[in-house]
Amino acid sequence: MTNLWSWITTVDHKRIGVMYFLTSLFFFFVGGIEALVIRVQLWKAEQALISAELYNQLFTMHGTTMVFMVAMPMAVAFFNYVVPLQIGARDVAFPRLNALSYWIFLFGSLFMNASWFVGSAPNTSWVGYANLTSLQFSPGPNVDFWVIGLSIVGIASILGGVNFITTIVNLRAPGMKFMRMPLFTWMTFVTSFVLVTAIPVIAVALILLAFDRFFDANFYVTAAGGDPILWQHLFWLFGHPEVYILILPSFGMISDVIPAFSRKPLFGYPVVVYAGVLIGFIGWGVWSHHMFTSGLGPIADSFFVASTMIIAIPTGVKIFNWLATMWGGSIRFTTAMLFSIGLVAVFTIGGLSGVMHASAPVDLQQHDTYFVVAHFHYVIVGGVMMGLFAGFYYWFPKVTGRMPDETLGKIHFWLALIGFNLLFFPMHFSGIYGMPRRTWTYSAELNVELWNQLSTVGGFIFGAAAVVWAWNMIRSARSGAPAGPNPWGAATLEWSIPSPPHHYNFPSLPVVRTREPLWHEEERREVEAVTLAEPEREPEMPRPSFWPILVAAGATLTWALVMTGIWWVPLTGLAFTGFAIFMWAFENPFGKKAGAHHG
Amino acid sequence: MPLLLAACGSEYPQSSIDPKTDFAEIIHGLYVSVFWWTMVILAVVWILLAYILVRFRERPDQPLPRQIRGHLGMEIGWTIGPAIIVVAIAVPTIQAVFATQRGDPDNAMVVEVVGHQFWWEFRYGEAGVVTANELHLPVGRPVSLRLSSADVIHSFWVPQLGGKRDVNPVVRRPEGEEVSATWLHFTIREPGVYMGQCAEFCGESHSLMGMRVVAESEEQFQAWLTDMGGSAAASGEPAAAAAPDTSAVPDTTAAADTVPAGGDTTAAAPASDTAAGPPAGQPAPAAPAGEPQAGDALVTEGRDVFLRSTCVACHAIGGTSAQGQVGPNLTLLGRRSTIASGWMENTPENLERWITSPRSVKPGVLMPGIAEAGGNWPATNLSAEQVGAVAAYLSSLR
Repeated sequence: MTNLWSWITTVDHKRIGVMYFLTSLFFFFVGGIEALVIRVQLWKAEQALISAELYNQLFTMHGTTMVFMVAMPMAVAFFNYVVPLQIGARDVAFPRLNALSYWIFLFGSLFMNASWFVGSAPNTSWVGYANLTSLQFSPGPNVDFWVIGLSIVGIASILGGVNFITTIVNLRAPGMKFMRMPLFTWMTFVTSFVLVTAIPVIAVALILLAFDRFFDANFYVTAAGGDPILWQHLFWLFGHPEVYILILPSFGMISDVIPAFSRKPLFGYPVVVYAGVLIGFIGWGVWSHHMFTSGLGPIADSFFVASTMIIAIPTGVKIFNWLATMWGGSIRFTTAMLFSIGLVAVFTIGGLSGVMHASAPVDLQQHDTYFVVAHFHYVIVGGVMMGLFAGFYYWFPKVTGRMPDETLGKIHFWLALIGFNLLFFPMHFSGIYGMPRRTWTYSAELNVELWNQLSTVGGFIFGAAAVVWAWNMIRSARSGAPAGPNPWGAATLEWSIPSPPHHYNFPSLPVVRTREPLWHEEERREVEAVTLAEPEREPEMPRPSFWPILVAAGATLTWALVMTGIWWVPLTGLAFTGFAIFMWAFENPFGKKAGAHHG
Repeated sequence: MPLLLAACGSEYPQSSIDPKTDFAEIIHGLYVSVFWWTMVILAVVWILLAYILVRFRERPDQPLPRQIRGHLGMEIGWTIGPAIIVVAIAVPTIQAVFATQRGDPDNAMVVEVVGHQFWWEFRYGEAGVVTANELHLPVGRPVSLRLSSADVIHSFWVPQLGGKRDVNPVVRRPEGEEVSATWLHFTIREPGVYMGQCAEFCGESHSLMGMRVVAESEEQFQAWLTDMGGSAAASGEPAAAAAPDTSAVPDTTAAADTVPAGGDTTAAAPASDTAAGPPAGQPAPAAPAGEPQAGDALVTEGRDVFLRSTCVACHAIGGTSAQGQVGPNLTLLGRRSTIASGWMENTPENLERWITSPRSVKPGVLMPGIAEAGGNWPATNLSAEQVGAVAAYLSSLR
């Protein structure tokens, strides 16, 4: 009980990182089971194993879950655990805010999934196009759960972004200039800026929709002059930067993993950094390539054709730099390295099919078909998830103090690679031959049953890979070989401290002189002299606090009460949240003795 | 459900790489060129990667590799290289963007397409003809489809005719202005029956919102228009004696006079009249009114049931008093190859199943069944015999 309480009230970035990871892992299996039910329903043409309504709920929740409750928070788990260690900090800039982010994310996700238990899970797809989401066409509570759940989860992302920007700007160890930061920290930095700017856009879209649904507003109601295309612009103005929110952390991870296992520094470090920054910027100017079919006209189409194609260039530059890093190296095929190589190999397919969609007239055929489903799964599974798997195996020894089982890891890799390709490659064909996405079933006349069956088999192989992964996790965490501070011989600061790290990370702060402090003999000895030393007195760390979880509960409650549709009822939740924030503000994070100079 | 492959004459009847219009051909040409460019890049990346993984694997007692940090020339090279390819793709793309969105030529025939949950309405404005789910179009004449929706966003997609275009709901501005129609322009190259379906998620039965496009010669098309308007009165009256209410039937014959909407009927009516007339292989001409035929009594009964029940609140049948505007127009329904917006073959048995319980076929549909309410309508409470009669009547509308 004391132990549980210590987790509930923790403000330690490492524990919060672990909680983020385990929660997103749980939702990874939830979203995965949803996907497998979808694949079983599509096994045969004109099959009705499950109802159309349930199918629509499943694909909506699969997409929403995998984006907002798996890919994003799993990357945030790594931000939390790894970034402070990589920059030589004892925690993030705002430890309690960090805890608040996690609890809001958890409560929002649980709130949305609670809809399953009342049989009204969201059913209008993860993009929730207006005006299908209006009260007239979706009278049930399904869309309410979606609007409110996403609004809650979004708060967590904005707070997280603020926290990591502040952390990276302010808490770097002496000597760690921006251009000496590890690539994963760099991409976290870029991603955090995109988070704090993109999430408010979907928040606006969702709040307008919430007002339409609960308070009789008419933002998207066509009969009252509202325009449903407004939703598409707002959603994709968030939605495309979101793609880079998902992929940049993974790019960052493999940019750290590939040098470690090639025994060479990253080739073209500044170019890889600038390419990431550029992707973060240009990502804002491409949103309407999701709307080539909406009828925006040839001038708008042409602009977004050009901007979308331009963004392919920095992405390609990154790929070539990873190849050049491996070139001339001494490559060790650890599981982490295999997943990084897997990313380079299969993400490229997704990137190139993206170039096809960027050609607007071609997109008029491919848009909203299984070809696009294939494309973005090559990007999100072949890119984002492969990177997260690589990061998982890479940092596992740091987190647990034990080595991951490499045999199970390799089984995981090969099952995942084969299952993934068998699952998603045939979708190119079902799409080309005319199968639209988001369809409960398909006519036998389309003649795409074989492609669908291949996908289903691949889906189950990928599912088996995920089970092997989880099994490896449990087994290795319990009985893996002990890992020293730096089992991989990697170059960056997180490998200079014991595994797992002390709760204060660094007894005293190391001084950094290069990008690879542990690869230069003299610098390594200097750094380790301080990072591995046992301090006479432990550094004072912020105390646990239960106000973050209460503020999170208040925020969730406030939004949930919006569902009543009575304007003053949510104010009661807001009053509670305000009270909790007040108490938080006057809590001394360092206890009575020390001065409160931390947020 | 039985295969209708024969009618479609293609292994993949909804294939997006089997262009049958100028619009689809432009897209396909572009797709092929982009495809090969991407294959070149993929080959370069994969061959490099494979070489690296073999050549630079760790070897025993290998010394530390040379610590190379970058090379400006190479960075410039692999920035400029992809940039050139991007330009090579972007230029023809933008040309195609403009080429495929030119306004309709003067002689284009305009058909208004209205998306509904979960069916398609097609209105031939000048001819005054309305039909549903099976769009008849002439071969060789430019066609402009004006797309709008009666409810939520749909997307009109018949891959062999070209790319899809969203079907947006009409936005009613307070000052009375209505905006948001979208357009598709193309000229069909060869006759055939082309399959399509809604491509934007539109609700519970989105997956079952199919359609057929019957592309036929100008003569066949004109004959169909005439049948739909001019002779619909006759074909809508299978009974021997004119029913008392025929006086109430609107005069639809006038529409036939205005039929050759584009005027340019000489344009390229292809020689291949043989292929795919309206429902392939079916005898088109309607039985002359008054001629006795088998099942006449049943058909007459079905007609009476249809016209007296709530069917007429939503459905119109040319030449009868049924003038409902909410549901699909059923004029000459017997000629269509499918019902339920392309989901079922058009047989009396399937019609009975549909009338009995539409929701068992198509969840979320607004039409009531004999024992199930639909939309704002109560169950129809028709008996099995009445259902059979209505099905026989609808099948007789040829």
